[in-house]
Amino acid sequence: MMSDTKSPKGLTRRQLLSRASAAGASFVVGAGFLAAPNGAWAMTTDALKPETMASLVQMARDIYPHDQVGDEYYVIAVKGYDTVEAAPGIEEGIAKLNAAAQAAGHDSYLAAGWERDRVDILRSIEDDGFFQQIRGGLVTGLYNQKAVWPIFGYEGASFEFGGYIDRGFDDINWL
Amino acid sequence: MTAPFELSDDSVVVIIGTGAGGGVLANELAQKGVSVVALEAGGRHLPQDFINDEWDSFGQLAWLDPRTTSGDWRVAKDFSGLPAWIVKSVGGTTQHWAGASLRFQDYEWKARTTYGDVEGANLLDWPIDQAEMDPWYTMAEDKLGVTRTGDRPGLPGNNNYKVFEAGAKKLGYKEVHTGRMAINSDNNRDRAMCQQTGFCFQGCKWGAKWSAGYVDIPEGEATGNLEVRSNSHVARILHNEAGKVTGVEYFDKDGNSQMQKARIVCVAGNSFESPRLLLNSASEMFPNGLANSSDQVGRNYMRHMTGSVYAVFDKPVKMWRGTTMAGIIQDESKHDPSRGFVGGYELETLSLGLPFMAAFLDPGAWGREFTSALDQYENMAGMWIVGEDMPQEDNRVTLNMDVKDQHGLPVANVHFDEHPNDVAMRNHAYQQGQAVYDAVGATRTFPTPPYPSTHNLGTNRMSENPEDGVVNKWGQTHDIENLFVSDGSQFTTGAAENPTLTIVALAIRQADHIAREMSAGNI
Repeated sequence: MMSDTKSPKGLTRRQLLSRASAAGASFVVGAGFLAAPNGAWAMTTDALKPETMASLVQMARDIYPHDQVGDEYYVIAVKGYDTVEAAPGIEEGIAKLNAAAQAAGHDSYLAAGWERDRVDILRSIEDDGFFQQIRGGLVTGLYNQKAVWPIFGYEGASFEFGGYIDRGFDDINWL
Repeated sequence: MTAPFELSDDSVVVIIGTGAGGGVLANELAQKGVSVVALEAGGRHLPQDFINDEWDSFGQLAWLDPRTTSGDWRVAKDFSGLPAWIVKSVGGTTQHWAGASLRFQDYEWKARTTYGDVEGANLLDWPIDQAEMDPWYTMAEDKLGVTRTGDRPGLPGNNNYKVFEAGAKKLGYKEVHTGRMAINSDNNRDRAMCQQTGFCFQGCKWGAKWSAGYVDIPEGEATGNLEVRSNSHVARILHNEAGKVTGVEYFDKDGNSQMQKARIVCVAGNSFESPRLLLNSASEMFPNGLANSSDQVGRNYMRHMTGSVYAVFDKPVKMWRGTTMAGIIQDESKHDPSRGFVGGYELETLSLGLPFMAAFLDPGAWGREFTSALDQYENMAGMWIVGEDMPQEDNRVTLNMDVKDQHGLPVANVHFDEHPNDVAMRNHAYQQGQAVYDAVGATRTFPTPPYPSTHNLGTNRMSENPEDGVVNKWGQTHDIENLFVSDGSQFTTGAAENPTLTIVALAIRQADHIAREMSAGNI
């Protein structure tokens, strides 16, 4: 999955950013790709419009915001929707999300600068199948990424290390 | 050594399901020289096969065949197709259970007498009591190697337990310890010693926890009297014109329909599949399903009053390290109506890994209230609540004729409405659980709703009178003398305790009874 976050077609960061335009404060998008404004990561899209993917990644972060978790993990969590089969439903869902944003007085979902404004927009569609599809998928798509676990301190399996019997199962020292 | 029995062999006892009830019954009968064919819907998974990863293990072990739900319980909303987190595997849910092994208390065998008439509850006394069950409990504890019984020491307490114990003691609770667990606490027995690895729910890779799957089943097979057919899903129990059961029809591992003849059939598929099978076995002679003249098959479904309390502290706990259910507070496990409800509850430590915490802390929740809790995952402690819930006639398993499983059989619909007593008890337990953590400086606590049920009870309940239930005090159906029920669906009431030890004790006792009656030529 991480190969998706490399610069497309071997472009340099400057070349890449020169072909892109801003999408909200968090992303820049260009033809078939999406990147962080500082060029720290970038991804190509196969079936979704890059703007749609940018909205989807922002939506993922607004649903389960963890400030210590980088965008690349949210990208991985929703990258599975970037298929020919899934894309039409996602394009439709994001179009509705943008319509809800416009109804609330914003140019688009991504153009709403404050998280609280975007959360209000999400609240207005939270009973929709689209929202529930994205939220439900994130429960495993985000939190079941092994690379995310250390950010939360979770150590995962210990059998291969002999369990915790000699490795601190009872090491609490503040009680 | 596996004993191969012919499909036409009508001298065998057929047992459906190999969990705490069926797996133990199969071994106990085999030890006594009885020929047994055990049909298990799941596959065989041994300790080396278990996966210490929550979702991967769930995919490996959980019963994921379709079921449907209805009623006002939150599980029907949060997990509408998954009313229970139970296991489809040789060994059944003993692969997944935490290991808590508690005896019922004397008053819990006579809930109707003790609690009186509780409106809306279909309470009944068991036809057996503590004096009857004590010796069978002792045998069950020895079989499972339960800590703090016999000469077996308790397990050491992990971090999650230490937080729990410190809070409990500050609150004045007295009965606080690391539990009576079917997890080996020393090196002096057949099974390995607990290595404090966590992942008890995913199957113990050390084999330190007792499971029928890798203890009783191989023991039974070694006698030459037990044949286990895995991946074999029983569709129907067959009977003759005299109304006695004669065998079963099942789908084998290749999906082919087979018929196994039997002298006796014992149903032990858990509280969903056992009544489903009896109902799916309806015939011209028994249009409402087998053993259902009382109309009690599928009724009185109990799931224990449950919930969890998680708490965040300002320093690390690392609750996932070590035994998942690492200790217990028993002070609230008593009948004291001054608390506003009948019956009692236990508080038991519990931990979930990050992936399951995200799924179960507050299902459906999103936004910062939720994620700021998960941000503190490393500083979290947790406990599970388990208490007696009220049997209600309309809480029941029925056939959903609109939904079929992969074999074309109608699936179980599980209907559950909470009784006011269940709600009052849960609210009390939430308060006490939160107080335990507040006493040691919790900065935030979470009264977490019930998970899909693990303790599924009562849908073929035991009764003195045939009109009140499905089976008699031996688990023998009132209607059909060579048809038995051998799992938790026999439970007349649920008591506050985790049910496995009682299921095992009843299975040992039932094996003794069946072998004796067979020798006497009575069945």
